[in-house]
Amino acid sequence: MLLAARELHKTYETAGGRVNVLRGVNLSLDTGQSLALKGESGSGKSTLLHLIGGLDSADQGQILIDGVDIAAMDDVGRAGLRRGTVGIVFQQFNLIPSLTVASNIAFHARLAGMYDADWIALLIDRFGLASQVVKYPEQLSGGQLQRVAIARTLAARPRLVLADEPTGNLDEDTASTVMDMLLSLVVEEGTGLLMVTHSTSLAARLDNQVLLQAGQIA
Amino acid sequence: MIAVTFVAFLGHWRRNPLQLFTLLAGLALATALWSGVQAINAEARASYDGAAATLGEAQFDRLVRSDGRAIGQDTYIRLRRAGWLVSPVIEGRIGDVRLIGLDPLTAPGKMAPIGLRNINDLQNFIGADGGIIAAPDVVLDGARTDLAVAPGTAIADVGTVQELLGRHGEFDVLIIIPEQPLDQVSLEKIAPDLIRQVAQGGSDIGRLTDSFHLNLTAFGFLSFAVGIFIVQSAVGLAFEQRRGTVRTLRALGVPMRFLFLLIVVELLGLALIAGAIGVGLGYLIAGFLMPDVSATLRGLYGANVAGTLQLRPIWWVSGMAVAIGGTAVAASAALWRLSQMPLLAGAQPRAIAVIAGRGAKVQAAASAVLLFLAFVLALTADEIVTGFVLLGALLIGAALGLPIVLRSVLDGLVHYSRGVVASWFWADTRQQLPGLSLALMALLLAMAANVGVSTMVSSFRLTFVAFLDQRLSSELYVTVESAEQAAFVLDFVTPQVNAVLPIMSAQLHVAGRPTEVFGARNHATYRDNWTFLTEGQTPWKDVHANLAVLINEQLARSTGLQVGDVVNVGEKPLTIAGVYADYGNPIGQAIIAEPLFKTLFPKILALRFGLRLPPEDVGALVDGLEFQIGLPESGMINQASIKAYSLVIFDRTFTVTTALNVLTLSVAGFAILMSLLTLTVMRVPQLAPVWAMGLTLRQLGLLELVRTVMLAVLTGVIALPLGLALAWVLLAVVNVAAFGWRLPMFLFPWDYAQLGVLAILAAGLAALWPALQLSRMRPADLLKVFSSER
Repeated sequence: MLLAARELHKTYETAGGRVNVLRGVNLSLDTGQSLALKGESGSGKSTLLHLIGGLDSADQGQILIDGVDIAAMDDVGRAGLRRGTVGIVFQQFNLIPSLTVASNIAFHARLAGMYDADWIALLIDRFGLASQVVKYPEQLSGGQLQRVAIARTLAARPRLVLADEPTGNLDEDTASTVMDMLLSLVVEEGTGLLMVTHSTSLAARLDNQVLLQAGQIA
Repeated sequence: MIAVTFVAFLGHWRRNPLQLFTLLAGLALATALWSGVQAINAEARASYDGAAATLGEAQFDRLVRSDGRAIGQDTYIRLRRAGWLVSPVIEGRIGDVRLIGLDPLTAPGKMAPIGLRNINDLQNFIGADGGIIAAPDVVLDGARTDLAVAPGTAIADVGTVQELLGRHGEFDVLIIIPEQPLDQVSLEKIAPDLIRQVAQGGSDIGRLTDSFHLNLTAFGFLSFAVGIFIVQSAVGLAFEQRRGTVRTLRALGVPMRFLFLLIVVELLGLALIAGAIGVGLGYLIAGFLMPDVSATLRGLYGANVAGTLQLRPIWWVSGMAVAIGGTAVAASAALWRLSQMPLLAGAQPRAIAVIAGRGAKVQAAASAVLLFLAFVLALTADEIVTGFVLLGALLIGAALGLPIVLRSVLDGLVHYSRGVVASWFWADTRQQLPGLSLALMALLLAMAANVGVSTMVSSFRLTFVAFLDQRLSSELYVTVESAEQAAFVLDFVTPQVNAVLPIMSAQLHVAGRPTEVFGARNHATYRDNWTFLTEGQTPWKDVHANLAVLINEQLARSTGLQVGDVVNVGEKPLTIAGVYADYGNPIGQAIIAEPLFKTLFPKILALRFGLRLPPEDVGALVDGLEFQIGLPESGMINQASIKAYSLVIFDRTFTVTTALNVLTLSVAGFAILMSLLTLTVMRVPQLAPVWAMGLTLRQLGLLELVRTVMLAVLTGVIALPLGLALAWVLLAVVNVAAFGWRLPMFLFPWDYAQLGVLAILAAGLAALWPALQLSRMRPADLLKVFSSER
């Protein structure tokens, strides 16, 4: 089992009081499998993704990635997890504005010690970014930015890809093209994919889908 | 509409209190440093201008006896009867108090006794009781105090002072009223023993200390400029962040002209608040530094300056004017941009990088033009105005060029760096540069000012100590009052000393300039100790062969005379054999051989003498002169004690400059802190992905600290040559243009190293808080970057 989340609880203090975002979530994912995580806004999808990605810590419960409980990890341990095991594709792209497209794509891979020039060249080619590599993020369109963000994640060859509505900011055609690329590469690389999406059609293209409702898997 | 719009507009400050604090603090600090330095200058000037005005040293020609003795009352009466409009002055000391007697009825208007506001005052002043007007620091029975009297001084009617000093029928000086009748009998016929001393066109003391004040003013101006960078940064950011509000208000029907007026009123209000705080702070700074400044001026130049501070209304006015003017300068660009903004312009604040990118070419061009102008002026400037234009062009050109140089360096580092974190770090630093450049410019100016002023003050110290060694080469200096006393003293000292060097001088015009001519005895003291700026092959040998004259730098510069030129001293043509430095002297000076001096000026007798003897014998000789001959202690000056005192005074000068250095660097550090705090909020979206990919917040915080320190180091590397160029301009251009003499420039690497450490410390401390904030940031705040709800 690549990923196993057990009885996850997460609560936030807000100005309006305490909010129980996750209330005993359980899910699992095997290597080479893809899973769509659906739900309404505020249902806790992003929070769950952040917990699995080691960006935040759960109040209660276990998250096992390759059998290792990340809830027990300290800050340095979780940073190592994000560097080497997990790759995250953000809805807002979150590229590094000071680096060129080529440097952005290579960045995570080099950080993880997984830099492979041939693989990155292949990704650049597959995502149609060859003419953009010397540009900076501010010079790209939304679709191009998302392709760079996905390429950056895959360049590090993570065991688990977490994607938070990766096509949410794109038009339908562009979104479809980007998804084609992501899914084919996930299959080729045998990577696990957990994707948050509102789109029923996108969710249908993944191996499995679950619905998160009021902090629980429905 | 006004109230509603105003509330909407001012709401920005309520939501951004840090920005408001930055703006107010920056302006207040800038005003404080400027008004503090101005306060010190004004106070010191007021002190010795009072003294100079009282004696009419600066404005009026004077008559004195050629032998230095007192002028008899009968001589005065003869002159008045012969149509000479002169006014008597007598001066003496009672304890520590300098007592000056004048005649208010004959004194020229500008030196009339201070504080005589009506006829009753005048009657009291010259009446039988003899009113005395004293400085506030003088304790004298029956005296009333007046702020306008110089510290340590008391003024009374000439008759009263004669009575108090026991010098009936004597005067020291007769002031010559500028407007004299045409049918005057010549001075030679009425009073052949009197000589006329020409006015020096400004107070001796004033001229000497002007150099010091000029330096302080330059420092104050630079400090102000540093502060204005902070204000510009804060105002610019506030305007950018309010673009949305402006757009909405305009869309709702508020005219742009009204909004513009509203912003001006808002800025004026902020400037007034910050200005008031700044003037108050400046007063505190000046009060803290004033005792040291006062001691410095007293020790260096003999200027009597009160060690306390009066709160003068002019400071408030000038301080507020500077604060408002500074705000206007800092806000003008942002105001212009806002006024030109189309109604449908983007509401989001434009990225600083975009703004900077557009302006970068203009900035680079402006920098190049200004630096080229500075280069041309460095070769040609010979007036004080062009000297200051040179200073301005150099500093502003360098400040504008700083981001461009730093960007080039960072480009190189990005290109050559190895390792993913290093590559990102340099690229990210380059990305941050526009946001930090104003603060870095402030740091550049602060460091350059410190290097420049430290170099100048330290060069001044070295030069002055060497100058003291040259001029005070005799171990003891003795001043007598008459030819009889001189003969008596010489008989006593001659067997006990190695040499007696008479000091005698005459005032005349050389090459059309007022010049004091000295006669020097042929002795090794002069040959061994005097150094020349330029000299012939055998200067002293030629002088003592009655063939040559030595002149000071001021005379050489003002007349264009050089070594080898021939100039008339009296009627005698002499070749110039050497030009020597004569720091602080406002007029020309020349040295000829003693025998020639006696031939040219037979009436002038030596009443001052330098005595050469083993230093260990000085004490015994002073005791002998005091107790056996009855020479007052005030008539003897021990060279060693003067030098020691001068060095102590210089150390106090350093206290002042060090304090100003620390203050300026603190302001620059504050600018960095405020920029970083502002950027911290904008940085989160840039740092969050890096954190998400595996760098810890602790690492990111540390990198932020390293980044600031590294930028400070790079800025320091540029500030060092700029500071040295600044010192060179002050010493070789401005000082020469203002005072006619040039100070040699020395380098002080150890001082620069200390300054560098101080600047890095200031930058590091400024970066510490934002770095800690970042390293302690809650993951939830970073996660907002990734959430779609953001």
